[in-house]
Amino acid sequence: MSNKKSIVDIPTVNKIARLSRLDIPEKNKQSLTNDLNNILGFVANLEEVDTSNVEPLASVTGHKLPLRSDIVTDGNIEDLVLKNAPESSSGFFVVPKVIE
Amino acid sequence: MSETLKLKPGHIQGETGVWEMVIGLEIHAQVSSKSKLFSGASATFGAQANSNVSLVDAAMPGMLPVINEYCVEQAVKTGLALNAQINNVSIFDRKNYFYADLPQGYQISQFTKPIVGEGEINIDVDDENQTTIGIERLHLEQDAGKSLHDQHPSKSYIDLNRTGVALMEIVSKPDIRSPQEAGAYVKKIRSILRYVGSCDGNMEEGSLRADCNVSVRKAGEEFGTRCEIKNLNSIRFINQAIQAEAERQVEILEAGGEINQETRLFDTSTGETRSMRSKEDAHDYRYFPDPDLLPLEFTDSYVQDIKEKLPELPDFAKKRLVNEYGITPYDASILVEEKDYVDFFEQAATGGDGKLTANWMISELFGALKKENLLLANSPISPEALGELIGLIAKGIISGKIAKDVFSEMMISSKKPSDIVKEKGLEQVSDDKEILKLVENVIADNQDKVKDYLSGKDKLFGFFVGQVMKISQGKANPGLVNKMLKENLK
Amino acid sequence: MSDLLKYDLLGASEAIKSKEISSVELTNAYIEAIEKTSSLGAYLEIVKDKALEMAVVSDENISKGVARPLEGLPIGVKDMFCTKDIKTTASSKILDNFYPTYESTVTQNLWNDGAVMLGKLSCDEFAMGSSNETAAKGNVINPWLKHKKMSPGGSSGGSAAAVAARSALAATGTDTGGSIRQPAAFCGITGLKPTYGRCSRWGIVAFSSSLDQAGPLTRTVSDAALMLNSMASYDKKDSTSANLAMPDLMSYLGNSIKGKKIGIPKEYTQDGISDDIVNFYQKSINWLKEAGAEIIPVSLPHTKYALPVYYIIAPAEASSNLARYDGVRFGQRKEASSLDDMYETTRGEGFGDEVKRRIMIGTYVLSSGYYDAYYLKAQKVRRLIKEDFENVFKKVDYILTPSTPTTSFELGKKQDPLTMYLNDIFTVPASLAGLPGISLPVGLDKLGLPIGIQLIANAFDEPGLISTAHVLEKSADFNFIADGAAK
Repeated sequence: MSNKKSIVDIPTVNKIARLSRLDIPEKNKQSLTNDLNNILGFVANLEEVDTSNVEPLASVTGHKLPLRSDIVTDGNIEDLVLKNAPESSSGFFVVPKVIE
Repeated sequence: MSETLKLKPGHIQGETGVWEMVIGLEIHAQVSSKSKLFSGASATFGAQANSNVSLVDAAMPGMLPVINEYCVEQAVKTGLALNAQINNVSIFDRKNYFYADLPQGYQISQFTKPIVGEGEINIDVDDENQTTIGIERLHLEQDAGKSLHDQHPSKSYIDLNRTGVALMEIVSKPDIRSPQEAGAYVKKIRSILRYVGSCDGNMEEGSLRADCNVSVRKAGEEFGTRCEIKNLNSIRFINQAIQAEAERQVEILEAGGEINQETRLFDTSTGETRSMRSKEDAHDYRYFPDPDLLPLEFTDSYVQDIKEKLPELPDFAKKRLVNEYGITPYDASILVEEKDYVDFFEQAATGGDGKLTANWMISELFGALKKENLLLANSPISPEALGELIGLIAKGIISGKIAKDVFSEMMISSKKPSDIVKEKGLEQVSDDKEILKLVENVIADNQDKVKDYLSGKDKLFGFFVGQVMKISQGKANPGLVNKMLKENLK
Repeated sequence: MSDLLKYDLLGASEAIKSKEISSVELTNAYIEAIEKTSSLGAYLEIVKDKALEMAVVSDENISKGVARPLEGLPIGVKDMFCTKDIKTTASSKILDNFYPTYESTVTQNLWNDGAVMLGKLSCDEFAMGSSNETAAKGNVINPWLKHKKMSPGGSSGGSAAAVAARSALAATGTDTGGSIRQPAAFCGITGLKPTYGRCSRWGIVAFSSSLDQAGPLTRTVSDAALMLNSMASYDKKDSTSANLAMPDLMSYLGNSIKGKKIGIPKEYTQDGISDDIVNFYQKSINWLKEAGAEIIPVSLPHTKYALPVYYIIAPAEASSNLARYDGVRFGQRKEASSLDDMYETTRGEGFGDEVKRRIMIGTYVLSSGYYDAYYLKAQKVRRLIKEDFENVFKKVDYILTPSTPTTSFELGKKQDPLTMYLNDIFTVPASLAGLPGISLPVGLDKLGLPIGIQLIANAFDEPGLISTAHVLEKSADFNFIADGAAK
């Protein structure tokens, strides 16, 4: 994680914004880029920690993944599921058309 | 374009030489569970839009996943049936991307540590030859919902019923070498899934779909760039798509071009593959372990328990049927396609002639059922009834030819064969005296032909046999008829 | 009315049970207090009618003699908790029309125990922030030095301000990197983040799943114990929920801490902590010593890496958790001709700047080529931070630290994001390790702003945490009320 890798430029910001589906106004792009660089610079000190024999922490809880029985306990709540939809029709969610 | 040279399957003749195909398959099999992988909504097919959807499936704020133990068990079962490594610790990862049928904005899948590791299965390449196809891994993941794009000119309609249904993704190694092998591989996987009961393998309803990775190379060369053909839901389409794609690639390479690694769709109407129109560069899925879940862990004894309860699998069944019943490997391979074929066969062949039973099942019963669009489970002829029919043939009570008529009657009326034979008086005549009488009658009535036969026209023997059969309404025991004719045509 | 506001949660509970006061009276007093202190901006939604309905039911129960643990007590709810049929926005524009059809487990637990809902409290947008300046509907003002318009801290700034202003008897909050403890410190009240897994996360708008925890903001330690008793539960709808019964925390009040070992981590005293806070930290150490505890210097060597780890993991998880806010099934939607355009404008306009910043960081650290260097690395260092605590807890029973490096600051000071992040320096480590922590007020600084001190306990030792905090609280004898509080 040298300085070179931490440097985020506007093209990278555009790429990340696209991946995140966020529309960033042109005028904000530079300051956002600066902010991101500052934050990435801040977290760069992790580089100095020796983690060669350390497993990543999967979870803090220490317990095992609980299992659920295969019973139908849910569903048949179309009204609730669609209640907050900005647009719905005949029981479907409606969105601008996607061309595959 | 393949020329008329006798090429092995999976090979394409180009200007510059012979190309061979390298194929890997990713099969998505819907787990036969009642509820979904991480939610308690129903996983059944065909319900009214958004009725099999819970708040978790709809990804409302604050919703959380809880894993279905049955799905875990099915994945382990299937892994064992694929002779694969079972991983006692596995992780669920989020695969992040945006699409309208993906409410969470990510799919819960398994990336770095899947529940099942490497394995292998045997497939029949043709009637004589088998080959081994390696399995890379099997993992559990959520299915996505359905989008309808043709209901409205500018809008798409989204149904989340299928969202969150459990899928097992089975990834093969790139060991497949022809469209035919690919078809055989899918058939075998489907068979195994149905045997262990983890998936119903119904390709029409979408419970089994395949993505094919295809590349081509000249013999001895490294693997070429591959393209992925998505969402093939019949063996016929898999066959066609692979062939079309391989030919497309050969044409490009022969012309000096390069293959772009891309995702393609198979157009069933044109028989060609086409590139999926995606606006931007390759997806970056940003996989990371799902923090709403913990590592999935189970013990060796959990796995052992499942192993002990596994049903007999197709390969074993095939060997066993050949050994125990003396049937041909070819017949055995057809019978082991479905577990219920094996069960039916064994019931029908109990105490009887295995070879004959197999013969009748394969040549007569399956054909008749197909004609009526029936599954074996709904056969009007029970295994016991078939067994009884075979017994009548074996004991010589009816001839094979008469048996066919009895069989047709059984298909319609579901009556017992012995009852049909009695009612219609179809018992074979095997009494020496009676047959002798018939033979003498035929000889007496056809003196001129007897003279011709005795003077050397050997082919006329068939005529006499026919005549005896005719006057006995087909009931005369053909073996005896032959014997008696030979003795008396002097 | 002022008499009614004087009761803390425990006091009010006893007064209601003994029929000294009624829930309706008390609830009305709080409704009036909300109106009086409305300029603080703590509440986003006030549910007056519902509150009184619930109060009436509580009074009926009291007269029937069937009082539940929180019968009739008026509570505010941070707007990160989904409340059925009551608008829930996470203080964001993108959810400003969202009415959940379900109730979060934690708040349902409170209603099942008889509590009365006053309304939804403002917070930093999607719980991202340490000053309550990123709420879509505007800043919340700390009732301390009200005229100066100070920050109440964040992200549970509305909850802390309301409890300090006496416009809520107690409130729920969520804590991911300090979002209960830090605002509690800034507002001179008690804030408790339980062990990760104690409270169910089902129905709470998710920010960072491996860190988020619900907890109470209250006037006193006893009040926090009473609230947590109800809030905590095992929930099988949450796979990360701990299946461990929590004992009745009330029975741990008044326990002696004689012979208990208190760890003082050397990494928690540094440049940048205000003198007054250093002063009260030392006082707190002395108070505990006087109460019979043994003071032991300890070290948590990876402390300086805690904030970087947090600012990789939390944004990463958030970037994924916030992907569902896409205008398809709920929330705001900006119409567009294509699906992707709809996503981009809806989210671009619906999310504030801090949220967008964090989504971008999160997306970046998970992206191809950077995952190993950032996210994976952070998860490894996180393990080291957790192990630091495990090692220390072999030697001590509790850890004492300042809650924050400074007391409250003026709103609108336009702190750059990084400086803002440093507010959480003392609270983040316990979050990363999943350990329970409590902040309680111990004194005022030169300006008259409250100072909070933090106690951290080992996993699931909320009982010990309560006992020790109770002792400290008694010694500190903090009896100040904010000038901006309702009277």
